[in-house]
Amino acid sequence: MLKQSSPAAGSVAASQGTPLLEVKGVTKRFPGVTALCDVSFRLERGEVLAVIGENGAGKSTLMKILGGVHAPDAGEIVLDGEPVAIDTVQAATALGIAFVHQELNNSDNLDIASNIFLGREPLANAALGFIDRRKLYRDADAILARIGMDCPSRTLVRDLAIGSQQMVEIAKAISIDARILIMDEPTSSISQHETAQLFKVIREMQARGISIIYISHRLGEIEAIADRVLVLRDGVVSGHLERHEIEYNAMIKPMIGRDLESFYHLEHTVSREPMLEVRDLLVPGHPTLPLSFTLYAGEILVFAGLVGAGRTELLHALFGVDQPLGGQILLGGQPVTIRDPEDAIRAGIALVPEDRKLNGLFLEKAIEFNLTIAGLKQHQRMRLIQFGQCAAITSEMVKTLNIRSQDSQQLAQTLSGGNQQKVVLGKWLSLHPKVLLMDEPTRGIDVAAKMEIYRLMEALAKTGVSILVASSEMLEVVGIADRVIVMCEGRISGECRTKDEINEESIVQLSTRGN
Amino acid sequence: MKRVLGIAALLLAIMAISAILQPVFLDPYNLKNILRWTGLFGILSLGETFVIMTGGIDLSVGSVVGFVGVLTVYALKVQGLSIPLVMVLAILVSVLIGYLHGVLITKIRLQPFIVTLCGLFIYRGLARFMLNDNTQTYGNGFTGLKFLASGRVPAAFWPNHSAPQVIADWSLPMPFVIMIILGIGLAVFLNRTIYGRYILALGKNESAARFSGINTDRMTVIAYIISAVCAGFAAILFSLDLNTVQPSAAGNMYELYAIAGCVVGGVSLKGGEGSILGVIIGVAIVRVLYNAINILGIATQLEFAVIGFVILIGVAADELIRRFARNRVKRA
Repeated sequence: MLKQSSPAAGSVAASQGTPLLEVKGVTKRFPGVTALCDVSFRLERGEVLAVIGENGAGKSTLMKILGGVHAPDAGEIVLDGEPVAIDTVQAATALGIAFVHQELNNSDNLDIASNIFLGREPLANAALGFIDRRKLYRDADAILARIGMDCPSRTLVRDLAIGSQQMVEIAKAISIDARILIMDEPTSSISQHETAQLFKVIREMQARGISIIYISHRLGEIEAIADRVLVLRDGVVSGHLERHEIEYNAMIKPMIGRDLESFYHLEHTVSREPMLEVRDLLVPGHPTLPLSFTLYAGEILVFAGLVGAGRTELLHALFGVDQPLGGQILLGGQPVTIRDPEDAIRAGIALVPEDRKLNGLFLEKAIEFNLTIAGLKQHQRMRLIQFGQCAAITSEMVKTLNIRSQDSQQLAQTLSGGNQQKVVLGKWLSLHPKVLLMDEPTRGIDVAAKMEIYRLMEALAKTGVSILVASSEMLEVVGIADRVIVMCEGRISGECRTKDEINEESIVQLSTRGN
Repeated sequence: MKRVLGIAALLLAIMAISAILQPVFLDPYNLKNILRWTGLFGILSLGETFVIMTGGIDLSVGSVVGFVGVLTVYALKVQGLSIPLVMVLAILVSVLIGYLHGVLITKIRLQPFIVTLCGLFIYRGLARFMLNDNTQTYGNGFTGLKFLASGRVPAAFWPNHSAPQVIADWSLPMPFVIMIILGIGLAVFLNRTIYGRYILALGKNESAARFSGINTDRMTVIAYIISAVCAGFAAILFSLDLNTVQPSAAGNMYELYAIAGCVVGGVSLKGGEGSILGVIIGVAIVRVLYNAINILGIATQLEFAVIGFVILIGVAADELIRRFARNRVKRA
């Protein structure tokens, strides 16, 4: 059972009436680390409470306690005025607490209705396990109507866009009559348009009295959707913002404990010398739309646009992951042929991929393995690996990139997202690339790590490295770009050349042009 | 390393139990027998290891043993070709087989299971066709060549069986010596060369390997070639060891022994993990079990059941221990 503890100092003055959920003085210790220390907050009916904090601040531990995965060492959870013990995931579900996880948990070979009611299918014959298909689809359609999703529940989930797949997860949560919906980075893989749709659904749920705990790294979104913000840092509540206080800098300050005047300001000069010239490049996926642009030495060029606009495909073509179907690539004035990543690396092009777990890292291998795998050809003599060189490169990279780890043999999967991303970056730095392609370079990483990545980009740009970034995060696009090229449906729809032209309004306009 | 120690402990335990129940187990003749078989099957498993490390599987090795065995005995005995020519031919055919598997898997993107399953049928059929299902022996000749399969070192360095008794008793069978030399070579390849590391990388995460500039297709083809060449080489030794090749039976089911040796030796079927030493010990465990069943007087009909059961227990224990260790680390 939960132990009683004194009311937390950080708790906010109680509002009128009983809040739906009250967390009082929750503490959770793991051997060697206190993940949560005396955390208290409340959640009102029909409220959107944003929980923010760096990775490792304790957000996921807190959510796991609410979800019945972990039991707190001290503290109390009060639901509807009644103290409750949430010791299993089933108990959480029974109390009306539902999750929408960052990773989509749908079975994409099944249709929407089957996913919503997976494991809880209405049965026509309980003994034989026959599914009452009419009721299944009728109920599913009703739920889809409630969240404003206008597609039949017989649609296969794999035929849905990512944003709609997320809606299926929300439908799932609604189908169990959730009172509290915990959303873990729900917008990390959906476009702004889909985000807007998601927010509409959140507002509707709010109106029905459903409370939402919204976890995100995207502070811009939180400004738009949250009623209150809870900030965690190192396991304690470091900030608490009411609706009128929610503002970018006010959120960042308690997250990292300092001011962020120059957060995005990357000091460097752009040369007039073209580094990478792309002429009429035909990218697989959009084989009829030739792309042409120039990237200058020391420039940070950002490709903006919606998810699916063709930016990842472009980067993959430049890196040889998908061989371009035509066109010309010039590097430092010389034409280069890129058939595969090996060619690209030899030419001096490196790619930090969008999905670091899938394409960037060997999660079950050591940091050293990950940092040296791409450069092994440099660290070999007669095809024999020079282990001394590898160790030297590793310790140099760990130092340069400030990768926080116990030792070089620690497995990549045990690192935080930010440190994992630094490992992916470090894999290329020792090869001294001329052009660095970065696909969503700060996705899912905390603010402090973000800043470190920006500082590294700044340092690289200063030495004349050209950086081509694809980013969906508006603040980042506007903040770090020397120049922005906007893509829409496979073609370049516009360009913002000066700092004055680079603003949210014009980028959004260009990225939806043609629709 | 910890894992290899665990496997070695399992081997010692099985040996100790066998020796206690039936002291004949420790007879030099019996141990040499086990070593010889460990050598022959070890060569198969060592090759298979590289395919499994890429995350694939090679089901064709048993049929390759039959096919290349038939090819060798046919070329030497029926066609009367010279020994060096036949050796080169046998290895070339093996390289070609592995290359074809690799190309079908990487370029046409067929599943390794299907490609090598078809290979299993095809090579067996070809072997039976070549000799019209008749058994072919080497006869009394080829003593030099047969030394590879039945010779013993260092006893062989004394002329006319004049080696002292101790040396004669404790000389190692040639197949085992060959397997150890091959194992050292492959261990260097796996652990010291960039290619070995590339294979480990691609087995763990093929996509990330590609994004790191590794030519994953080429490395996959190389793995299948290593497997087929090891099988082809073992085929020659197996046929010489028996002095005869029976087209429908030679190497039958050996692919399963090869895979079992790898799995017991700690090679993950998910790819990207395993050690050469572990595989050798794993093969030895399978051979010791086989031997123990014979000398302990367990009904030979139970042979497969016992081997299957012990492998299952070993692999399950390994998985449980690792999960336990992982949870402990997580909690720490």
